[in-house]
Amino acid sequence: MAKAGNLTGRKRNERITAYAFVAPAVILLIGFLVVPMVYTIYFSGFKYQIMRPDNIEFIGLQNYSKLFSDKNFWVALKNTVYFTLIVVPVQCVLALALALLVSKKFRGVAIFRTMYFSPQLTSMVVIAVLWSVLYNANPNTGLINSLLVNLGMKPVNFLTNEHTAMNAIIFMSAWQGAGYQMMIFLAGLQGIPREQYEAASVDGATKFEQFRYITLPGLKGTIKYVIMITMIQAMKLFTQPYIMTQGGPKNATKTLVYYIYTQGFQKGNFGYACSIATIFFVIVVAMSLGMKRITTASE
Amino acid sequence: MKKNSSLKFSAGLSKFLFYFGNIIIGIIFVSPLIWMISASLKPEAEIFANMNSIRTFFPSHASLANFAEVYKRMNLVQVFKNTLLYIALILALDLLVNSMCGYALAKFDFKGKNAILNLVVALMVLPMEAIMLPLYIEMSQLNWVNTMTALVVPFVAKCFSIYMFRQFFCDIPDDLIEAAAIDGCSPAGTFFKIVVPISKTVYATVFILDFVAHWNDFMWPFLVMTGENKRTIQLAVQSFFGTQPIHYSAIMAALVISAIPMIVMFIFMQKYYVEGIASSGIKG
Repeated sequence: MAKAGNLTGRKRNERITAYAFVAPAVILLIGFLVVPMVYTIYFSGFKYQIMRPDNIEFIGLQNYSKLFSDKNFWVALKNTVYFTLIVVPVQCVLALALALLVSKKFRGVAIFRTMYFSPQLTSMVVIAVLWSVLYNANPNTGLINSLLVNLGMKPVNFLTNEHTAMNAIIFMSAWQGAGYQMMIFLAGLQGIPREQYEAASVDGATKFEQFRYITLPGLKGTIKYVIMITMIQAMKLFTQPYIMTQGGPKNATKTLVYYIYTQGFQKGNFGYACSIATIFFVIVVAMSLGMKRITTASE
Repeated sequence: MKKNSSLKFSAGLSKFLFYFGNIIIGIIFVSPLIWMISASLKPEAEIFANMNSIRTFFPSHASLANFAEVYKRMNLVQVFKNTLLYIALILALDLLVNSMCGYALAKFDFKGKNAILNLVVALMVLPMEAIMLPLYIEMSQLNWVNTMTALVVPFVAKCFSIYMFRQFFCDIPDDLIEAAAIDGCSPAGTFFKIVVPISKTVYATVFILDFVAHWNDFMWPFLVMTGENKRTIQLAVQSFFGTQPIHYSAIMAALVISAIPMIVMFIFMQKYYVEGIASSGIKG
């Protein structure tokens, strides 16, 4: 009897501790993630200018209908989608190729892994400033153009030409990010049993067949995860164009997040910016749900 | 006999090609960073002088003059103070708050547990950029703009950290926790005295992942820390890039300075960092 009483006392004690343990995190998550999210959607229904907080007016879906005919919004959406559609395959394939290069133990493998990972040791701000100098259109000051000229090619106005600016940012971003995904792939490759490769090579399978029928299926889950995080990250593109091109030339590198920033923080069109943020949020969530669905459906 | 030696030759050749490929790609990956370091050690007049030769990657008269210039012009002491304080505060709270939550979700039974777990998983994909407008208004109504509180408090709770902690604590045997309870340890005491000391790995992993993330933070500090003496390192570097007079060698020195703490961290915590990145892929 005494023992049972003790036990329920302990259970009660445990429950109180549990609530005390989750409370700080849950309160913070609700206060600084859920509430602002709800407010983003809520304010997207209002005409709300930062400079005129006394004149807030409910306008229903007018912000959205304005958005539909806003050329700058479509440009920002197009640029963001273009960046994502190109950088995701480029970066993921590059990362997988690097992982395959350094997946086996050989002399110096740690050095090569560190080399491929090294761009990750600097921040995106640092990378963006550095590459702004490297991409300089003048071959006498821009390292990349100086290399092109030495190879007998014409110099390229990487960041000042609207047709090359986004591609220049894509190339740089893939270079910076691939090392991170390479590490995830390396862990995935270690999960594939060696015996499968040994059996296949006894059966006379070529290296390519081994890759096609053992490595790729074995990495399925990892590949999907890597694609998903790269995609979400790509959708958030802001730092690189902000530092390197200020969204130009001719809006060629304006992105959705950049447009949220311009409308909300620079122009003070708070309600309007919230409607862009809501669209942005819906796209990101739809992407990750879509990815999850593909993942679960095929397992 | 002959066949054997030609086999040996082709094995040697493929080994050579393998190393050759790795070296070429490796050079492509590190050369921008080498150029950055080399330029940071050169006088301004020299940094674009040898663009056509390999010598552009090696300073001929290395000096630390550029670092002295950055030190003078960037208010470096203040910037490092701000950044280190920011990181120390947010990491201390991050490790405490998220590990407690992760532990409760792993080892306690209580009403609403599944709901909270679902919330944590769902919020993991919520991008900060989607909520930054109302969050900023929240900060300004609380009078937190340009204070450390605005930088730290909103981002202490982190779904990804909670998830990593929970994952780790799930693997701790229940026997151990029950044994502690029988010895008269309270549930909270069990966590702090028994579980935390044997969980250094997960703390180290979350620490290094979040250290890197916050050291690199740009957008949120950029929005809430507008005062010149409030800047964190990334903001200082970004604004130094556009400040007259533009000395590229000094800019490169500023970039190197901002990378040094990351490199030091990487050297000491490489194992946990790499494990953290890798485990996110396996478990996520």
